[in-house]
Amino acid sequence: MMEILYFVIEALVKNIVVIAVLMGFVAYVTLAERKILGRIQIRFGPNRVGPYGLLQPIADGIKSFVKEDVIPANADKPLFVLAPMISLFTMLCIFGVIPFGGTVHLFGRAVKLVIGDIDTGLLFVFAFATLGEYGIVLGGWSSGNKYGVLGSLRAAAQMISYEVSLGLITMGTIILAGSLRLTDIVEAQRHMWFVVYQPFAFILYLVAGLAEMNRTPFDMPEAESELACGFNIEYSSMKFATFYISEYTHMVAVSAIAATLFLGGWLGPFPSLPGLGPLWFFIKVCVLVFVFIWERATFPRLRYDQIMQFGWKVLLPLALANMVATAVVVALR
Amino acid sequence: MIIAPLLKGLGLTLSRFFSRPITVQYPEEKLTLAERWRGIHYFRKDESGAATCVACGLCVAVCPSRCIFLEIGERDDGRRYPKRYEIDELRCIFCGFCQEACPVNAIKLGGGYEYVKYQRSDFILTTDKLLAMYEGKE
Repeated sequence: MMEILYFVIEALVKNIVVIAVLMGFVAYVTLAERKILGRIQIRFGPNRVGPYGLLQPIADGIKSFVKEDVIPANADKPLFVLAPMISLFTMLCIFGVIPFGGTVHLFGRAVKLVIGDIDTGLLFVFAFATLGEYGIVLGGWSSGNKYGVLGSLRAAAQMISYEVSLGLITMGTIILAGSLRLTDIVEAQRHMWFVVYQPFAFILYLVAGLAEMNRTPFDMPEAESELACGFNIEYSSMKFATFYISEYTHMVAVSAIAATLFLGGWLGPFPSLPGLGPLWFFIKVCVLVFVFIWERATFPRLRYDQIMQFGWKVLLPLALANMVATAVVVALR
Repeated sequence: MIIAPLLKGLGLTLSRFFSRPITVQYPEEKLTLAERWRGIHYFRKDESGAATCVACGLCVAVCPSRCIFLEIGERDDGRRYPKRYEIDELRCIFCGFCQEACPVNAIKLGGGYEYVKYQRSDFILTTDKLLAMYEGKE
């Protein structure tokens, strides 16, 4: 009986901590993005609210809360309201299986620093990443706007094209680790990160991840210049902010998965110092987030047909080749 | 073949990331104005502190947007002075013709460019305001 109680308390505390830290981090990723984009364009970025603009996310939050919430007359109201929630919910779910650290001993109990250490972890991640696209597709479609529908059509097409490659790319690490459980995958990298064995897979993962989270140069669903913001064109106020938050959560999620699969997750350079796992993980995620912001400032948006062509004719064969090569090497070893 | 330019672009943006921003932080720092900058008008004062204007009406005649209003007054010794001289800054296009036309260099365009006010009537520059603007300039 007490064991169940402890378990519930442990799960609750983990959930609250993860969501609180994650939301705080995501808020500051939005600020970091604007700051870094600014510095790359030789300007300062937001620096008016608080010291160095550090209170900007709070100001943004208050602003989106007090804005008028408009629902278009010919929108499908239940779905219109539900879509941003689906988007955010699924993105938060991904963090349920990502390990932030090894096992620590707290109050005489061995606590794994992961909310749910399930043995099909990677599958879970991909399932929810795919479900997250429903938020975008439904959001664009239910707003009753032509541009919105076009955006969600593109989102659906892009999702199908790039999910396949993404799955095949991660197959290499699964072959190397021999498990879908994310903690096992990290433990398998104790001697060497998988990015050393799988450098191409890592690059391909970043590219496919960009397409997966609809970021430049693959931000087809919300191409500003052609679709006037695409799927979120009719969204205002906190619903828009929810889409925005989920988009950035998705970016953090893709970074976290990349860190787990290729960069050794919570494993750091000094194994003798325990308890630093979450810190190493955090640093790796920050570096990857920086890379995603950096490339956004560099590359222009691709044309729709170029994206489809790249996805099916370049990325998919490369991913397949990588998987086959890994499998052959592992089998012959 | 296609990868190299992509990396080159990334390198360029990264070098920009570590360079100093060139933005002028406006309310705190300001750009130095050009010598011939044409800002808000002011009246030059004579020794007694009155306007040097002789109310010839040339600025009124040359003003392309017709924003100068002049009512001519005459002193006892026959010299003319501006009884009422008003510039509607909302109509003014800051061409500077008035300062070029002025035979006695009474009306000038100064360096002021920040004029945000609550009332439209505040933008009407009267003789007093034009004289007050002279303080501490040139």
